[in-house]
Amino acid sequence: MIYADNGATTRMSDGALKAMLPYFQNNFANPSSLHTAGQKAKEALTNAREDIASLLGAQPNEIYFTSGGSEADNQAIISAARLGEKNGKKHIISTAFEHHAVLHTLKKLEKEGFEITLLDVHKNGIVLPEDVEKEIRNDTCLVTIMFANNEIGTIQPISEIGRICKEHKVLFHTDAVQAAGHININVKEMNIDMLSISAHKFHGPKGAGALYARNGIFLSNIIEGGAQERGKRSGTENLAAVCGMAYALKEAVNNLSENNTYVSSLRDKLISELSKIPHSTVNGDTQNRLPGNVNMCFEGVEGESLLLLLDAKGICASSGSACTSGSLEPSHVLLAIGLPAEVAHGSLRLTICEENTQDEIDYIIKEVPKTVEYLRNMSPVWEALEKGEINHVI
Amino acid sequence: MLYSDKVMDHFQNPRNVGKMDDADGIGEVGNAVCGDIMKIYIKVKDGIITDVKFNTFGCGSAIATSSMATEMIKGQKIEDAMKLSNKAVVEALDGLPAQKIHCSVLAEEAVKAAVKDYYDKNSIEYDKSMFCDCSSCNSCCGGNV
Repeated sequence: MIYADNGATTRMSDGALKAMLPYFQNNFANPSSLHTAGQKAKEALTNAREDIASLLGAQPNEIYFTSGGSEADNQAIISAARLGEKNGKKHIISTAFEHHAVLHTLKKLEKEGFEITLLDVHKNGIVLPEDVEKEIRNDTCLVTIMFANNEIGTIQPISEIGRICKEHKVLFHTDAVQAAGHININVKEMNIDMLSISAHKFHGPKGAGALYARNGIFLSNIIEGGAQERGKRSGTENLAAVCGMAYALKEAVNNLSENNTYVSSLRDKLISELSKIPHSTVNGDTQNRLPGNVNMCFEGVEGESLLLLLDAKGICASSGSACTSGSLEPSHVLLAIGLPAEVAHGSLRLTICEENTQDEIDYIIKEVPKTVEYLRNMSPVWEALEKGEINHVI
Repeated sequence: MLYSDKVMDHFQNPRNVGKMDDADGIGEVGNAVCGDIMKIYIKVKDGIITDVKFNTFGCGSAIATSSMATEMIKGQKIEDAMKLSNKAVVEALDGLPAQKIHCSVLAEEAVKAAVKDYYDKNSIEYDKSMFCDCSSCNSCCGGNV
């Protein structure tokens, strides 16, 4: 099996798995317990918090462990909204191609009377900092813009946006789920007020994430209960997963530049070879892009059938296509960068990592064009395009 | 698994794929914006569908339902082909996920559209109510889902 779906989730690293094991049977105590075993567990929790904080350029007391990226996104946005509305500020700026953890939270706030401005992400999938500045109003309480897009991998100008938000005294949250462990992050240098990460996107375990919230930001609880996470996130800590996450992030950040050099070379090879397929397009900027992200559309082909045929050939990929998600709508990300729906249906996302080999990339390069051609041969859309009955869009 | 073995078989080894230059009837339904289009070609002799081909743009179940539908009408009398229901196609495929049922509706409609085209081309009288009015058809983009 060739795994090229690291944007969905990653294989846990050996080190991260090993880092978790002591906390299931040997050191299984509750970090809130006062006995020695409990305090030993607490020490592990503290160490993990210190590690993660230092890897993000934050202070340990600015890290809140959560169940993952979605929860962190929810808590960050809800907190900013609650702080804002106290001062009559009920306007939030975001983008049209955020993850649904952000978009659906914003929808909820919209129903409560918040006004949401979704910025254009342009053809290249990148927000312009000046667009952010233009939209900031006296009643803006939050700017939330993802660090890197999950479908097309485009990296946003986070430092510039952070500086603008700081100047205008508006809170800035970034969903860094796809970015953490893959590109350098320093919350202080980048003027980030809140940031979400998820362990399983950087070879850590599923079900663990963190919210960084700058000191001085009063968080609202999403989950009520005990006093864990300084009273801001109740529930007994998922200690093993937290330790796995800390290990995985350390490993990813330590190897970041070496991994990126290798992975981006594989990505560029995939992009340049698959671009030879006629009437195909690469979605999103090819420079400001996550090292492992390839996202392309092939005209006249539908994404799910392409994905399933590649699966039968041993290639695990994904598609922004509607069908896979169970909805009939094409990817909101591809629509946001201006692709027409009929083209957006034919998308393929390959997300690779340092574990992929050159041979695997060569196999993908050999199989994708054949599969696209096979599907085009049975596609009435392709027939109409070739006969000139409808015009090629890409 | 997302799909039954039967669906996967018809998706990966579709029957009757292709075009037909001398078709007696051609039916095309669906919409590229919605993500699926089916085109079915039929050859008719003495009221019997002697050959059938299809071309489909769509997801795995769109291709599988097209393949199954063509298998089910091949060699059948036109009147029997007209009785092909989307339910029968779904059953023959050992079921489809709920959000994919619309693909079977498209397959049924594609067959009917091909028969209608055959009737129209040969000036054969028929009961118009047997065919759905495609302009008001709701099987695409959210209908029947």
